[in-house]
Amino acid sequence: MLSADQCRALRCLAELMIPASAEYGVPSAGDETIFNDILHSLGRDAEQVIAVLRSLDAMANGRFADLDRQRQEAIAARLRENGDEALAAVSRIVLQCYYRDDRVMRSLGLEPRPPFPKGFELEQGDWSLLDPVRARPRLYREVG
Amino acid sequence: MTDPVDVLIIGAGASGAAVAWSLAETRMRILCLEQGDWMNPSEYPSTARDWEARQLNDFHISPNRRARATDYPVNDANSPIKIANFNGVGGGTVLYAGHFPRFHPSDFRVRTLDGVADDWPIDYPTLEPYYAENDRMMGVSGLAGDPAYPPHEPMMPPLPLGKSGTVLARGLNKLGWHWWPSDSAIASVDYEGRAKCINLGHCTSGCAQGAKASTDITYWPAAIRARVELKTRCRVRAITTNAQGMAAGAVYYDRDGVEHFQPAEIVILACNAVGTARLLLNSASAQFPDGLANSSGLVGKNLMFHPYARIIGYFDEELDGYRGPGNCIWSQEFYETDRARGFVRGYTFEFSRGQGPVMAAVHGMQIGRLPWGAEHHRAYRKLFCHRTGMVAICEDLPEERNTVTLDPELKDAHGIPAPKIDYTLSENSRRMLDHAVARGTEILRAAGAYDVWSVAPIPEGGWHLMGTARMGTDPARSVVNEWGRSHDVKNLFIVDGSIFVTAAGVNPTRTIQALALYVADNIKRRLATLFD
Repeated sequence: MLSADQCRALRCLAELMIPASAEYGVPSAGDETIFNDILHSLGRDAEQVIAVLRSLDAMANGRFADLDRQRQEAIAARLRENGDEALAAVSRIVLQCYYRDDRVMRSLGLEPRPPFPKGFELEQGDWSLLDPVRARPRLYREVG
Repeated sequence: MTDPVDVLIIGAGASGAAVAWSLAETRMRILCLEQGDWMNPSEYPSTARDWEARQLNDFHISPNRRARATDYPVNDANSPIKIANFNGVGGGTVLYAGHFPRFHPSDFRVRTLDGVADDWPIDYPTLEPYYAENDRMMGVSGLAGDPAYPPHEPMMPPLPLGKSGTVLARGLNKLGWHWWPSDSAIASVDYEGRAKCINLGHCTSGCAQGAKASTDITYWPAAIRARVELKTRCRVRAITTNAQGMAAGAVYYDRDGVEHFQPAEIVILACNAVGTARLLLNSASAQFPDGLANSSGLVGKNLMFHPYARIIGYFDEELDGYRGPGNCIWSQEFYETDRARGFVRGYTFEFSRGQGPVMAAVHGMQIGRLPWGAEHHRAYRKLFCHRTGMVAICEDLPEERNTVTLDPELKDAHGIPAPKIDYTLSENSRRMLDHAVARGTEILRAAGAYDVWSVAPIPEGGWHLMGTARMGTDPARSVVNEWGRSHDVKNLFIVDGSIFVTAAGVNPTRTIQALALYVADNIKRRLATLFD
């Protein structure tokens, strides 16, 4: 769906958005597995993504992906300042793919699995917290 | 032409399911036409790794974004609050949170008590037995004794308080404000063949566990066992009338786009306050040039949403995050009118728990709490599972300027004119939202939040659709009478949120369904004189 140049630009943008972190042991959003997921997840937002990539090239006066990192960061910062719906769509796609990656989920202490069928534990809580509310008079209005 | 039926119900959602089930005992031939499909819980988003992404796509609350073949487009550009719905067996209950409050006695007497809008032609005691009947069918978790309500007994224990609820409850107690575990249409224990909630945390994309009471798994199996017929992928274009001005049946398109006419003795609309108004307006004819059942001119007028405020806080301690149903506790400290607040009527705070990993990131970035670059990871770990908060669901007052009309250009896949929404937030609602944001912020600060963010109204929050075919005793000021029958067309009934006179400050589904059972009961009791 995207041209090779557009793919390169999107990958640069994803890496700028979420770089790798040695501290947390996580890859960048431009990691091959995650980026392939991104490319397969454009779906109904593909046009918005392409619009953002065209904006990046226009702001770069050429190919955004060919710029050095410092200039890419400056253009991406400008893009974010002017943030619109199209950029929000790009962010959404990058984030939805990044935060379902097994390595990223494990780094957050999450099991890489869907919620169903195992579900999750939730503590019941202390219902004695309700005691002061139980002591209150009726709040609702009686209607004759 | 297909075989005539005694009762034709259009729409298989919250109200259509309830009225179908209730009427089944009459042994009349009952058919329901639904434009959507049956849902398959094994395909709900929470069963797969892309569970959060699908909420942004094919399980989105906006029909315009979702854009399934079973959806119709809505022009809501001229409204600060966008329409949310779902088209399928179960309707909006497939995607709702299952937050399940009743109206209060005062909600039916708004004119008498507060001098605004109109009183309902019925009252709380009239609906009470139907609330109870609906509660049994849907299954309600909660706790008896809430001082904000007349006594009623949920049949299942409340959903867990959890870490988030505990923190919020402590904040409310510091302020001395009301709170109570929310009544929820979610099974906290096994109930009537439905397995208990296992805290999937994704109620609003369909419940794969079947713990949440959507009508495809509550009313419909019982109605179908009682020989009600339900046809899916049937989109109704118009209700037709005969020479006597009675409804004759409905023209609809099947899944292949083939047009049919379904004759019926009684027609019941259950399409929600946008869909029903659209259908009545699309049913205009030489006999009814302004739309069917519209001699009052009020079809499509008085559209009410619940303007919502969202107030969230970030905390140092870990909270529930993605675990558990969104439903938790509510507060009705500011529900009943106090004119010193600068507005009439009031609102409910509905407290939620947290978000999944993707939504925490998407929302964090949207609201400027999550940077790009090297600082992203540290910032994310400060917000993920450290956020909780609430929405305030504000009572909207009926205003004739807020309308559903037919869009002159936009059409659905069958060429049927789409609805157009024109809505302006009232000054009363604006003040109520501001009040809710201020009080919600106080709660979060009292609970220990180090950062608070809010939005009001929630732009995508048009979940509750009400008022476009209001009930009343005066045919000049209402569309249906006090038991749901059209003033103009004696065999046409409406049972969805269209017939609401006022909106109250609570989620409407429990009241929509109680009303549907009440209308059904009136039909059953009056069969011999139904069309008089």
